[in-house]
Amino acid sequence: MLGKYAQLKDQLGTLRETGADPFNVTFDRILSPTTAEIGGREVLLLGTNNYLGLTFEESCVGKAVAALQADGTGTTGSRIANGTYGAHVALEKRIARFLHRRDAMVFTTGYQANLGALSALAGRDDQLLLDADSHASIYDGSRLSEATVTRFRHNDPDDLYRRLRHLADRPGEKLIVVEGIYSMLGDVAPLREFAAVKRETGAYLLVDEAHSLGVLGEHGRGLAEQAGVEEDVDFVVGTFSKSLGSIGGFLASSLPGFEVLRLIARSYMFTASLPPSVAAGVTQALDVLGSRPGLRLALNHNADRLYAGLEAAGFKLGPTPSPIVAVRLGSAETAIAFWNMLLARGLYVNLALPPATPERQALLRTSVSAAHNREEIDFAIAAITAVGEELGLLSETGAALSPAK
Amino acid sequence: MVASEEDVIRNIVGVARTLEGVTPEMAASITPETNIVRDLSLDSIAVMDFIMELETEFNTVIPLETVAEIQTVADLARALGAEPARAPI
Repeated sequence: MLGKYAQLKDQLGTLRETGADPFNVTFDRILSPTTAEIGGREVLLLGTNNYLGLTFEESCVGKAVAALQADGTGTTGSRIANGTYGAHVALEKRIARFLHRRDAMVFTTGYQANLGALSALAGRDDQLLLDADSHASIYDGSRLSEATVTRFRHNDPDDLYRRLRHLADRPGEKLIVVEGIYSMLGDVAPLREFAAVKRETGAYLLVDEAHSLGVLGEHGRGLAEQAGVEEDVDFVVGTFSKSLGSIGGFLASSLPGFEVLRLIARSYMFTASLPPSVAAGVTQALDVLGSRPGLRLALNHNADRLYAGLEAAGFKLGPTPSPIVAVRLGSAETAIAFWNMLLARGLYVNLALPPATPERQALLRTSVSAAHNREEIDFAIAAITAVGEELGLLSETGAALSPAK
Repeated sequence: MVASEEDVIRNIVGVARTLEGVTPEMAASITPETNIVRDLSLDSIAVMDFIMELETEFNTVIPLETVAEIQTVADLARALGAEPARAPI
């Protein structure tokens, strides 16, 4: 039965021979939003997506614990079949109010939010247009939708426009799907330009703000707020598992008739709903996000410092500073060795290998938190630079020795 | 005007030459029967990117469900709008 995966199994075996398994790291203890213990050693966490560092936020933990004691450990069923809790309703109202949308519905994970949103919004006769670098959940949701799906070039509004012109005579609605910040390289969508294409062609626009909610915009509403195009965004998808430090996902919109989606989105209907403790903790995290803009400032300051430090050392990085800072490396072998050497130095980052990466690059992906202090960021820069030098990837003048290709 | 399969394949070979991992020898030996994944050593995402290049070249749009059915260069030429080759008399 599993014979078809023999090649992958061999590759994983080879990977494990080189050191720890990057895809199965076990933290013995989580000490704080930025530190953990692995094998009795403390490591600095620089690959958690814990952008605002809220996983141990006292008020969120307090609300979650109170809900846990009041309502129990789980809902034991779906909202359609087994009922809705007050905590679900409160969270949906809170997220809709935060995003200035009329309605929101909450899913059990961010992955399920995209699965449910895309499959419910786009029907058999509709056209879905996806950015080529979209997350797997967007591709999977598209497949479930039965709509006609085309990819356009990553972050390329002209290519999107060409495709929409080509599809102009086809029946059905057109839905454009883009992300705020892309998870591998940390690059940001040219949303103002995409919004202009949407307006001109009469398409709908969905933005997945998974990595940009709480990170971009004056109030943390994401890229749409930062780009000043919230009016043009018909649907917002997002997750509670990154800046809000928990788990779950949502779809928000002001489109009339939104409520019917609850009876269409299969990943909403046919799965257990979020535990009330999670919903209560996330609702509180949204309050923290709104009341402490300093967290976003600290996050962006840390991101800029890490990006500048690694760029000065001579590494090839993603196109712009963002809380995701990716180091581009030439080969998977180099990246695997690099990852292991960093862990040995007490720094945990993410390893991203092709084909799951843009342009089939091997990447060391880091994500910064508002909770990192200056010493931690500097420790990370020093450790990554030292390993880069040890592997001969940096010249003495700080110029990259063309690690790509 | 509908392009002939021969013309379309010539363009496909031109784009294939630019792909990472496709050697000049591999590109030179492309025929209508060439299997894109197996013979050009492309993974699933590389195939989608290859087809995206060709969509621009031919100013067309190929939906992903059609992409999933493309196995050979002849399949690809048909998806790009080539007139099917005439059966030998």
